[in-house]
Amino acid sequence: MLARFDPPVYLAAVLFFILALKRMSHPATAKGGIRWAGAAMIAATLAAFLTPGLGHLGLILAAVAAGGAPAWLLAGKVPMTDMPQMIAIYNGMGGGAAAAIAAIELLRARWAPLSAPLSVLGGLIGTISFSGSVIAFLKLQGWMRSRAVIYPLQKPGNILVLAASLLCAGVLLHSGDRSCVVPFLALGLLFGLLMTLPIGGGDMPVVISFYNALTGLAVAAEGFAVGNAAMGVSGILVGAAGTLLTLLMAKAMNRSLGDVLFGAFGAAEQTSEVQGSLKPIELSDAAVALAYASRVVIVPGFGMAVAQAQHKVKELMDAVEARGATVKFAIHPVAGRMPGHMNVLLAEANVPYDRLFDRDEINSEFATTDVALVIGANDVVNPAAHRPGSPLAGMPILDVENAKTVIILKRGQGKGFSGVENELFYRDNTRMLYGDARDTVGKLVLELKKV
Amino acid sequence: MTPDLWASLYIAILAAFTGFEVIARVPALLHTPLMSGSNFIHGIVLVGAILALGRAQTPLETSIGFLAVALASANVLGGYAVTARMLDMFESGKKKPGAPGVR
Repeated sequence: MLARFDPPVYLAAVLFFILALKRMSHPATAKGGIRWAGAAMIAATLAAFLTPGLGHLGLILAAVAAGGAPAWLLAGKVPMTDMPQMIAIYNGMGGGAAAAIAAIELLRARWAPLSAPLSVLGGLIGTISFSGSVIAFLKLQGWMRSRAVIYPLQKPGNILVLAASLLCAGVLLHSGDRSCVVPFLALGLLFGLLMTLPIGGGDMPVVISFYNALTGLAVAAEGFAVGNAAMGVSGILVGAAGTLLTLLMAKAMNRSLGDVLFGAFGAAEQTSEVQGSLKPIELSDAAVALAYASRVVIVPGFGMAVAQAQHKVKELMDAVEARGATVKFAIHPVAGRMPGHMNVLLAEANVPYDRLFDRDEINSEFATTDVALVIGANDVVNPAAHRPGSPLAGMPILDVENAKTVIILKRGQGKGFSGVENELFYRDNTRMLYGDARDTVGKLVLELKKV
Repeated sequence: MTPDLWASLYIAILAAFTGFEVIARVPALLHTPLMSGSNFIHGIVLVGAILALGRAQTPLETSIGFLAVALASANVLGGYAVTARMLDMFESGKKKPGAPGVR
């Protein structure tokens, strides 16, 4: 429920958040957008801190330092490649905070009208978002196997846990028995964990975005529960924007949100044998192929991000162009770990925007491409997606196989994030160039200058 | 209390449409920064956490409130730093061609 006298600064903060989101949706104004949001956040936080009659001020400052300082330092230090899991973990903490506020509200001796059901809603969503995001973080960070974890009776088991949590909530709301609060929240945490375990690596971006939207909704529910309109409106805003973003991402992967959340991607066993053999290529031969090509398309993937190879890739682009060829970048919507991941990295390396092409824009051009250089991408160029029955079936891919020569730059012989064998690597026109992406691209630039 | 319930509902519905509309035409290259930015915005939960800790009566409420403020602060400060770092990279590029990504 809304308090009648919210400080006007909250209203201003909400307004600025909306404008910030608007600015962040456009490349030219995006950077200013986050500054606006930051200013609004500082103002709203100060207003909350200066609320008359507030106690524990020292504790509040200590808690802000305890939580905020490590997060700030870590976020400034981790490599750009680890950003997706950082988003996941910070998002989870927001969900956890919403759940903690719910716990305080529900444990109160007297409930304000409507505060209890709204707190139950925020508590449930917040706990799911918290534990789910933590699992997503662990999987992306590589501290936990990223493959889907599958066991018998998984779905019925999960539904049972959710039902038990809702039952606790029902008893709590009906009888007011406060001893239900802890099992209710614990079951919510368990459900978030169980729900994320069977989701495999390839779907993680969509899942993080989904949990981001969930945290927004949890914050909104708590905002309305405690009568804070700034929290309510901002939470709904993020919930709506996050939901749309999630659907856009799922669409880019040709997966429905239901498939992502309940489909256990990457769990299916690969039964069909891949025909052909892997054909390695020497650095010098790869350089010659590039030197005499007139149309080159570079397909970057997570491997480029891991190796921090974007600057070397820019050098390679310059070297190839110096020989008169055209170089384009084919960006799959979910190349890397997140939509836009490659764009961010290539922008960092000063690759002009107009060289980056979407899947739809460039897919027909592979047929007239002399050399397609795949740098650390795997699933997004796997032709298995065109074959019904494959775990990747239906995922839109870059049709790299149509290029005259395909050079795959890859660290080792491992599979992609989905765990599916890549048939492209076995094609007659494909050559494998093994090595660390940054290292190899750097050597390729040197070789190219010698040709 | 009924008028407040209705007011809350109106606000929620309008905010939801605003959220949809504001990012409806976002180019794919900004998906990740935007997700990160909205992740920062729900850090507004810090306001609720501060009020909860500031009004805590019992030791239990105080401990949970402390946890809430710490978690929310991590959301806010981490979310901001990640987003700002990501967006800083866009400015390091050359002059952008007019309205890239608007389709």
